[in-house]
Amino acid sequence: MSEVKFSKEHEWITLEGDVATIGITKHATEMLGDIVFAELPEKGSNVEKDGTAGVVESTKAASDVYTPVSGEIVDTNQAIVDDPSKINEDPEGSAWFFKLKMKDQSEMDGLMNKDEYDKFAKESAS
Amino acid sequence: MEIKKTSLNKLHQSNNAKFVEFAGYEMPIQYSKGIIEEHKFTRSHSGIFDVSHMGQLFIYGDESLTEELEKIFPLDLKNLKQNCSKYSFLMNEDAGIYDDLIITKIEEGYLIILNAACKDKDFEILSNLLGSKFKMNLDNNRSLIAIQGPKSVEILNSIINGVDQLNFMTGNWFDSENQKLFVTRSGYTGEDGFEISISNDKAEKFVENLIEKGAQLIGLGARDTLRLEAGLCLYGHELDINKTPVEANLRWAISKSRLSNGDFIGSKKIMNQMKDGANQIRVGIKPEGRLIAREKTKIFDDTDTQIGEITSGTFGPSVNGPIAMGYVDKEFSKIDTKILLEVRGKKHPANVCSLPFYKKNYVKGVN
Repeated sequence: MSEVKFSKEHEWITLEGDVATIGITKHATEMLGDIVFAELPEKGSNVEKDGTAGVVESTKAASDVYTPVSGEIVDTNQAIVDDPSKINEDPEGSAWFFKLKMKDQSEMDGLMNKDEYDKFAKESAS
Repeated sequence: MEIKKTSLNKLHQSNNAKFVEFAGYEMPIQYSKGIIEEHKFTRSHSGIFDVSHMGQLFIYGDESLTEELEKIFPLDLKNLKQNCSKYSFLMNEDAGIYDDLIITKIEEGYLIILNAACKDKDFEILSNLLGSKFKMNLDNNRSLIAIQGPKSVEILNSIINGVDQLNFMTGNWFDSENQKLFVTRSGYTGEDGFEISISNDKAEKFVENLIEKGAQLIGLGARDTLRLEAGLCLYGHELDINKTPVEANLRWAISKSRLSNGDFIGSKKIMNQMKDGANQIRVGIKPEGRLIAREKTKIFDDTDTQIGEITSGTFGPSVNGPIAMGYVDKEFSKIDTKILLEVRGKKHPANVCSLPFYKKNYVKGVN
């Protein structure tokens, strides 16, 4: 599995072969607060880089989830739909959002590594 | 305009509050444990709410003040006993609501608790209506602290002995450590609890004392989920100048005896609506599944005709599901009516339901 990469919209992504797993970062969940609703893209649908690919809602507000890369959705995590509090518990592990088959792996190039993201998140929070 | 701070601002900071601007004040939306934990703690133990941004309007006067206020509020104030409180509204001639409020008869006159966003305008309206005959004081030197939840009576009584003797919707002056506190048994969470009016310089220490006894600070986020579960209106959402008390399904708050003579502001409209019914009415709404329908979500019937709009919607932590309130055309206001909510371009099924969503299981002191 590849190194974890991060987007400016606070998603994380890992790559295994040509299948990417995508979720939202711990920093994102801390900003959102208690997550009480999650909506995921449909299996078989195509999503475009930086386009919306789901919704999360906290007690306070709804937020779009974006995909950092393009591709066809091959799997979604029903467990976080059934119990959205799992997203707060383990955002960068078991609470992944969806898996997609990438069309163009060069889309990974512009994403941040962990150190870069941590710095970005710290700056954008202040 | 500079953002205002309450006397508890430093205490909020030291308790890791996340702040938002609310009605010109820097207020805590939540603390480190988060809205759901804070909500549940209030329902099971005791939550402390800083509501010092709300207006505390003292109006001093004798029976002639009661007469003047009866021209304004749809209440039987002549028969209201001293230290008893009523929920009411300040209205215009069309019964549109300027503000909803709690009015308490005190020895020297009345104490009215007003919403933060409305209090300055309310003061102006009431000053114009009452003239200069009565002394009015929108008291900025006092803080207002609410303590809510089943353990609140025990905790507060250990600091202010005697508050456990108060009945629901009554209040009194108490002495505690050489200061005068006005305490009412009331609140806005659906739980048993109290609101304490205390001078600003004593507020922080008082709250620290409550925390020492086991109560915890709760932010505006949980205050909103708590009041929504309790089916209570929030001004600016369920209530505004284009809504009447009858439309808001608050006719219980209008004294029956005042409807026969109808000599308060807005009475004509209210009497007509009481007779003929209002075209739209506030209802409780439960979306099916986990979908949350927020404020301004459009409501449809099964023929694609819009029949109303959501005014508040969130996830109810104690109900463990989504809840909402909104206005629908009267023919759709019956409990169990199927309606559709348009969220992100799709229509989702929901049901009109009875209020409150959460029924209090512990209320001591109700008359």
